[in-house]
Amino acid sequence: MIRRNLPLLAVLLALWPLGLGLERVLNGYYLQIAVLIGINIILAASLNLINGVTGQFSLGHAGFLAVGAYVSAFTSLALGLTSSVLLPLPLLVGGTAAALAGLAVGVPTLRLRGDYLAIATLGFGEIIRVIILNTNAVGGARGLGGIPTLAGFGAVFACAVLCVVALWRLVYSPRGSAFFAIREDEVAAAAMGIDTTRHKILAFTIGAFWAGVAGGLLAHFIGYLHTNSFTFLRSVEIVVMVVLGGLGSLTGCILAAAILTILPEALRFGAEYRMVIYALLLIAIMLTRPSGLMGGREILPWRSWSSTPAR
Amino acid sequence: MDQLAQQLVNGLAWGSIYALIALGYTMVYGVLRLINFAHGDVYMIGAMSAFYFAHWLGLADAPSLFGFVVVMGLAMLTCALLGALIERAAYRPLRRQPRWAMLTTAIGVSMLLEYGGQALFGPDPKFFPQLIASAPALRLGGAVVTNIDLLIFGVSLALMLGLRWLVYGTRVGMALRAVSVNVDAASLMGINVNTIIAMTFMIGSALAAAAGAMVGLRNPKIEPLMGLMPGIKAFVAAVLGGIGNFPGAVAGGLLMGVTETLVAAYISSTYRDAVAFVILIAVLLVRPAGLFGTVTVEKV
Amino acid sequence: MTAPTPPLRPLGARRRWSRLLLSLATLLCACSKPTTDEIRIGEFGSLTGGTATFGISTHEGLMLALDEINASGGLLGKKVTVITEDNQSKPEESVTAVLKLIKQNEVAAVIGEVASSRSLAAAPQCQANKIPMLSPASTNPKVTQVGDYIFRACFIDPFQGSTMARFAVDRLHAKRIAILTDAKNDYSVGLTEFFKATAKQLGAEIVAEESYAEGDIEFKAQLTAIKATNPDVIYAPGYYTECALIARQARELGIEVPFLGGDGWDSPKTVEIGGKAVEGTYITNHYSPEDQRPEVQKFIADYKAKYGGKTPDAMAVLGYDAMRMMADAIRRAGSTDGDKIRDALATTKDFSGVSGHISMDAERNAQKDIVVLQIRDGQFRFVESIAPTAG
Repeated sequence: MIRRNLPLLAVLLALWPLGLGLERVLNGYYLQIAVLIGINIILAASLNLINGVTGQFSLGHAGFLAVGAYVSAFTSLALGLTSSVLLPLPLLVGGTAAALAGLAVGVPTLRLRGDYLAIATLGFGEIIRVIILNTNAVGGARGLGGIPTLAGFGAVFACAVLCVVALWRLVYSPRGSAFFAIREDEVAAAAMGIDTTRHKILAFTIGAFWAGVAGGLLAHFIGYLHTNSFTFLRSVEIVVMVVLGGLGSLTGCILAAAILTILPEALRFGAEYRMVIYALLLIAIMLTRPSGLMGGREILPWRSWSSTPAR
Repeated sequence: MDQLAQQLVNGLAWGSIYALIALGYTMVYGVLRLINFAHGDVYMIGAMSAFYFAHWLGLADAPSLFGFVVVMGLAMLTCALLGALIERAAYRPLRRQPRWAMLTTAIGVSMLLEYGGQALFGPDPKFFPQLIASAPALRLGGAVVTNIDLLIFGVSLALMLGLRWLVYGTRVGMALRAVSVNVDAASLMGINVNTIIAMTFMIGSALAAAAGAMVGLRNPKIEPLMGLMPGIKAFVAAVLGGIGNFPGAVAGGLLMGVTETLVAAYISSTYRDAVAFVILIAVLLVRPAGLFGTVTVEKV
Repeated sequence: MTAPTPPLRPLGARRRWSRLLLSLATLLCACSKPTTDEIRIGEFGSLTGGTATFGISTHEGLMLALDEINASGGLLGKKVTVITEDNQSKPEESVTAVLKLIKQNEVAAVIGEVASSRSLAAAPQCQANKIPMLSPASTNPKVTQVGDYIFRACFIDPFQGSTMARFAVDRLHAKRIAILTDAKNDYSVGLTEFFKATAKQLGAEIVAEESYAEGDIEFKAQLTAIKATNPDVIYAPGYYTECALIARQARELGIEVPFLGGDGWDSPKTVEIGGKAVEGTYITNHYSPEDQRPEVQKFIADYKAKYGGKTPDAMAVLGYDAMRMMADAIRRAGSTDGDKIRDALATTKDFSGVSGHISMDAERNAQKDIVVLQIRDGQFRFVESIAPTAG
């Protein structure tokens, strides 16, 4: 087993000093960008599982992000956490809550396809946001402040690596090809004996879980939450990342997340045109290369990562 | 009881607006099977262009009914052209692509209109000139119907009847219906599908523009993001009525407006926007075909 | 990690552009590093968005004060610079703005904001970083309760709400009062509570309590419900954008009774949007342009000269006073150390501001008079002035 996973371990081992090095070298402003890149990688990768790999067009990802953020923040505040070591606890609680939300969204929408699914997930995302907005226990319209800032670059980096590795293992395992099958042709997949219901729900739940973890990291990094940050627009920003990277490609998600986090910072002086550029970018990708940067492929052939012999 | 009558009047006024926008959604979905996310923003452009026309033509200082009609007409023309442009540039190239591509592009166009609007018009709200001074026109029981409300009802009704005549009483309308049923068969029958689709967008956009101009008159605060919620609500209305179904869109719109007003009045106004989403989820789960839609079974 | 092989030329080009722009951005950021021969004060406010006139007016008043300060030699022998950040009328942007001012621009103190909810969002950041924050016009008591680095240059809502309640019952003889609150706004919710408490104490009946949300454009549902209860007056303690529209729609429904409001109504846009509908409205406010005190008239003249004949509103006055209070505190502190400025602000006594004599009390709130104004012929006209009662 060690042998099969040698490449994986090698990469992880190489990343460790990289992470530490980055933390030492980067200062305030750049560290913040790096953290945001990390969070966006998790968001893009988790949405990629739902949209790119399983082909379920979900526009409500910001809802899961919000659930994770608020629940983890509430946990920290309620328990009065002050030590970074305890960060995994609110993250897990937030992630689990988001996973439950994913379940709540995934189950009713099982029968829906394409456009209808998109709109239904959009609706769920907004409903979640309105519920949070009306919940005074988490600050309501004023926002939730004073969250202990337990998350630093190290935590975000570690979570991002964990997320990508976990999703990679899930998707590129033999069981994982079921997700791709559902994307390609759901009816045929069902006819082949794949439990489409189970896999679709799994995609939503796992995708939502990681979005929730990203939300927890966000909450514990900035220390302040407001529902205005979790609107449909946020969901669209994540969709743009996945689409830019190429639906279905994890490497694409990482690249796109990095590019799309740095771009608005680099364009700070043209702040009001930032969203216009986003929109134009999205349209341009769709018209010229809808398969995105990586065209749905990964940078390393997945066969060497799986546990089945190469076909 | 008086209160209820007034609430109904308020609800029907907004309902007419939603109905006009919903017709645009339903028309485009009928021919392209596409949810035109950008439609709500065309409504916003309608309101904005009406605002600018009113100022450029000096009508803001000389309020009159005629002035408003001129401004509304110009707004409708502008948006018809905009609709055709969007279709030609952003949707036509993707007709053979998978569905999510067109949907994603539609989202992109929507964002472009919203944020481009913010960059172009400025993000602060503008105040639509009072081209018609609001005055109570009718008293039904305890309810006051203003002249602007009457205008909205009248214009909406006229436009809807006009549309009905167009779709059911002309050859162009027949071509439109043919394209809605089966694009390939229609093109085989010699119908220029591209023209018909372009026309569909133009008509739908013009209706949305009329709605926008009228909303500018009634609720004078307009801003680049004003199309977001009404767009979604009108879409829900179209789905509620049965997407692709014209009378359904109208019924859905009116129902949507009234329900929303009653919820705001009797439960809490902070849930006004949530009503749309709850209705949407309910419809999609219980009867996705909508009130007037036909239930189709997917055959494999 | 292996570098990804760019599959297309466009990707390479995009990468190059990103790097170029990033380095440009770095240069720009480097340019805004503080130099030691100037005093930097941060300002954050709503220069754009739904309540843009609040931020713009405050900014204009503040800039007028800044010009005067620098013209008379600056502070502690150094030039004073104000760095302004726009929060687009959003609370989460207030947090970002304040963090940027503190971390990137390294300001000595912060002046902001008008809206209580946005001040509340930003205050914890200032408190945690030990940077004194002076709010010119946030009236919700919770703002200064955040911590001992947070101050305000205006009165607080318990005073404002109860004053209007007293005015309504004693002067206008209102017995049936309807209230329309902006439920998502701390300021509005707070004012409603204080108003209600006093009104009930004085024997008036609150016949209706409706709510809306900032950003709404349709209020007829709530107004219809209010109309059915037949009130003598309607108290609408919200911000001018919504309140002016509310007044219009009320008149369209046939509601004739006068409106009452708080300082959130004070904006040049109120009459512009509301037109005839807002005639007769009474509001509680920080100052009246009809005040004949020489410092007020001089300020109005200077403001008109600098800003093209515009009459300043209360936010401009408070922006002006806040900047001067901050300068006064820095002078007395003799340094730009956060703790010293904080102590100096806390001991402000009888500071002569355009909006009145200002003394900082133990809760870091200003003890000042309140004025009641009425909109007549499109102008805010003075009705009466009320001094703070003890407690």
